[in-house]
Amino acid sequence: MARRPAPPLPSALKAPPPRPGEGNGPLSPVEQAKEAGITVVDWVDERTSLSGAARWLMFRKVPKGTNWYYTLGSATLFAFLSQAVTGVFLAMFYRPDAAGGAYESIRHITDDVFLGQFVRGMHLWGASVMVVLVFLHMGRTFLFGAYKYPRELNWVIGVVLLILTMVMALTGYLLPFDQRAYWATIVANNITATGPLVGPYLGDFLRSGPEFTATTLSRFYAIHMLLVPGAIAALIGAHLYLVTKLGTTAPPWSKVDRRPELSETEV
Amino acid sequence: MANKRAKQKSKYTLDRGIPGAFEGETVTRRRFMTGAAHSAGAVAAAAFTLPALGFAVGPIFKQERHSWEDIGPLEAFSENNYIPVVVTINPGVGEVGKTTAYVRKRNPAIDTDRYDSTTPYIAISTRCAHVGCPVRWIDAAERFVCPCHGGVYDLLGRRVSGPPVRPLDRFPTRVRAGRVQLYTGRFSVNSELRRFSPRDPGEPLDGIGQYLYPSRPSARIP
Repeated sequence: MARRPAPPLPSALKAPPPRPGEGNGPLSPVEQAKEAGITVVDWVDERTSLSGAARWLMFRKVPKGTNWYYTLGSATLFAFLSQAVTGVFLAMFYRPDAAGGAYESIRHITDDVFLGQFVRGMHLWGASVMVVLVFLHMGRTFLFGAYKYPRELNWVIGVVLLILTMVMALTGYLLPFDQRAYWATIVANNITATGPLVGPYLGDFLRSGPEFTATTLSRFYAIHMLLVPGAIAALIGAHLYLVTKLGTTAPPWSKVDRRPELSETEV
Repeated sequence: MANKRAKQKSKYTLDRGIPGAFEGETVTRRRFMTGAAHSAGAVAAAAFTLPALGFAVGPIFKQERHSWEDIGPLEAFSENNYIPVVVTINPGVGEVGKTTAYVRKRNPAIDTDRYDSTTPYIAISTRCAHVGCPVRWIDAAERFVCPCHGGVYDLLGRRVSGPPVRPLDRFPTRVRAGRVQLYTGRFSVNSELRRFSPRDPGEPLDGIGQYLYPSRPSARIP
């Protein structure tokens, strides 16, 4: 099996080989301190073999012509991470109380909490950023033909992630519980209910009953902060595994390298 | 070869030459244990999945409780104009549980439909039949107008223009001891003002609409 490429460390960071005749005498305290990090990593690696996985994930060969458009997926990932972190801290202050507590807790976050307005703004605008990035990433994949064999399954996972992102946007929209949030959710719910045959039952499921009640808000909150984020995180894992396993595609305009010594001769 | 195949077909493990087989045994202990372990796993998974699922889906089948609410004396309402009344259709959630209904006395000259003959007062729900925004009665135009997507309804709540798919829903009314009472459970009507059990907005009731959008157990009026 071919050796995986070594991490591209600059030569200054590489330890110099011991000079001949110096031997392996006892290490000085400074040297021991230097070795401590390596010792800890070695201890973990000996018991988990994680370094192989890390190298497999991070030091991959990428095709010639890889450009800035290939960063849109990572950008979406970081948008999701930003949403996750800011969301966790917003959840420490938010109360899903339809009788006025929800709006009051959002007002408290925005007006009273230190940096509350900033963190809430990150979450609010970050949601739009994530939706936009998902679509740009999807457009890049489509236009570069990166959905074709053998990457169809990754496209399918990506579409599910797109739908889940929209579910996040929809359920998060209700949580401030102002007039806009309330009526937008009423409208979205009723649009769901206009699906023939199953629509009315889906609408009842989302609202948890025939009318908008306090349960609707807690239901949207649970979907928004527990159900869908878990599913998104798991699917992002699968998405990244497939990207690493299958590699990325060359851009469609890159020419096939026709140097004879690089092509296999047919027998 | 034929002999071997005949051996494999036997339902007794003893005949199939499996080591440690018992007389009259048809399933090996190893196979039985594997099956038992899988079944135990399935039972354990179902034990927490099914109740959780039922818990989440249950409200679909729960019938909502409604009641008669007093909305004012008989003289408060006229035959020719609508009076807005605020009623609580979902108690316990504050402002969210309230909705507005437009009420007027039944006018035999306009409300000629036989379905209206038993209703002393006409109570129109303000929930637009498009996607559920609140409509407003514009007195000068004698129209209900929806602010969201431009749905317009006439005096009887029938669609005049815009995207709504059926007339505005209504509330049952009755008179008790000189007071008008309104039942907090809506009913829906089709374009001929025939009554149906309540549907969500956006669900037409003409033609095959009533079958494409079945009435749900949660919204039925008892």
